[in-house]
Amino acid sequence: MQQQLKKRFIPTLLTLAVSTAIATPTWAAKAPSAEEMWQLILEQRETIKRQNKKIDQLSTQYKQLDSKTKETAEAVAATADAVEQVSTNSSSGLFNKSSFGSYGELHYNNLEANHNSVGSDKDEMDLHRFVLFFGHEFNEDIRFFSELEVEHSIAGEGKVGEVELEQMYIDFDINDQITARGGLFLLPVGILNETHEPNTFYGVERNPVEKEIIPATWWEGGAGIHGEIAPGLGFNLYAHSGLETSAANNYAPRKGRQKVGEANAKDLAGTARIKWTAVPGLELAGSVQYQSGIAQNTDNTADDAMLYTVHAVFQKGPIGLRALYGHWNLNGSGPESVGADEQNGFYIEPSFKISKQLGIFARYNQWDNQAGNSSNSEKEQIDVGINYWPHENIVVKADYMKQDFDNKKGQKGFNLGLGYQF
Amino acid sequence: MKRWFTLGLLLLSATSLLAKGVYQTPEAFIQAGFQGEPPTPKVIWLSQPLKETMTNILSHSYHGLRVRYWGKGNRTAWILNEVGKEKPITVGIIVHAGQLERVTILTFRESRGGEVRYPSFTDQFINAKLKNSHDLDKPIDGISGATLSVRAVEKTAKLALFLHQQTPFSNGKTQ
Repeated sequence: MQQQLKKRFIPTLLTLAVSTAIATPTWAAKAPSAEEMWQLILEQRETIKRQNKKIDQLSTQYKQLDSKTKETAEAVAATADAVEQVSTNSSSGLFNKSSFGSYGELHYNNLEANHNSVGSDKDEMDLHRFVLFFGHEFNEDIRFFSELEVEHSIAGEGKVGEVELEQMYIDFDINDQITARGGLFLLPVGILNETHEPNTFYGVERNPVEKEIIPATWWEGGAGIHGEIAPGLGFNLYAHSGLETSAANNYAPRKGRQKVGEANAKDLAGTARIKWTAVPGLELAGSVQYQSGIAQNTDNTADDAMLYTVHAVFQKGPIGLRALYGHWNLNGSGPESVGADEQNGFYIEPSFKISKQLGIFARYNQWDNQAGNSSNSEKEQIDVGINYWPHENIVVKADYMKQDFDNKKGQKGFNLGLGYQF
Repeated sequence: MKRWFTLGLLLLSATSLLAKGVYQTPEAFIQAGFQGEPPTPKVIWLSQPLKETMTNILSHSYHGLRVRYWGKGNRTAWILNEVGKEKPITVGIIVHAGQLERVTILTFRESRGGEVRYPSFTDQFINAKLKNSHDLDKPIDGISGATLSVRAVEKTAKLALFLHQQTPFSNGKTQ
């Protein structure tokens, strides 16, 4: 091997040395000899060998590091998986099948009578509602839901408030579209009866039409089905307990709510609703309810009754509009004698969101619980006001209202409110 | 009576319609989003500043340490979950050059608010961008009675746009 190298490189080196000597005569005396050059080559060869060995070592180390890096990355990913799993479990924990929620609203009313001789002022601070929700999922297809409410802050013998169970039902999914429901539930009529958390509507107090005609909040005990029969077309069909109105209260539906507390169920009722929400920003709905005995057989002058409602909810960008019409037909000479055989009302509520957090509205309400005769029973109310949402689930409200009642008992003034939901 | 019986049968047999359930798997969404050639998934590790912004967008803290995504060219794809009322809604989102290209409800688990899965709702997000305030630059019309589901989908759309900005694919120079 060495001999071969000598044969190959010595002539070349000699030529190089000669040419260097010719070109740079002053260096010629210092030029290395062929033997020295050969030694130099051997040394360099050793150096190259050592360097190659080092490169091999580094390459091995790199491979080991690469492998360790991959192992570390996998370990970090596995650790992150575990941490995220623990985080998910701790946030849902034992209660991952149960849910809890609440809403509430505090009102301040500063109202004065339009006519002091017949009306009265109202200066009042009222914790109107405090509500707790509790739900539980037994499995993917069976769920429980409940809503317990304290009204007017304090309840008990002689107190102004009430403790009420407004919902307690179980839903059974029959298939992906149809759900059966049994228990105590809110009836699917109007806009506010089912969705009335304070941050979801304008005005400190709920509108009087849904309160006096529908009458919200209205719940009954019973069973039925609800679901979707086409994209965006929902339905509800329930059989349930009914109202027990009386001549003493001019057969007003609001006074006839039994609230499923040892409720007289001689005459049952049924409610059906169709709701169309296929276009974003628009809801159109209509409901029909049949009461087989509006006085539960306690008044032989009161017979059956029908309630019809239609409503629209529109929200396109900042512009909103709500409109509702409700109409009762009560059969029997009793309701007819006081004009309660026809009871109806409507409202229209345009609104505008100035920003994500601030909205303004106006509402015109008209209703009559004794529209079947010519008595002075028609009522009107105009509201204007603002909602301010410092958070999507918290609302501060202020509005001015003016009532115009045929019986001159109307009021006017302003209301303030604070509400939340979670 | 016969009419009611017929109506009942129709309602109970209406299984061809879609409501609660899985509409598309994440795998199928990613495959379709990248024309059958999905890139290898990548991960964004969430630093404290990132998490703070995500908390602002979601109105609650984000419980993960990282977010997985797929990226190619200047497009990224995200599979995000957000609770509507009680349960997470799984949303597939594709962002192209800082704009929403597609928002699809992959799984809906709530018992109410399923209307968010319809294209009439999700198509509103197409071409929406994220403003500096972390709001979308176009209004999204809600669905009455499905407010919480609508909010959840909006939040995932904003989150995907924000996270897209944090990836090397936001400038379109990465392949």
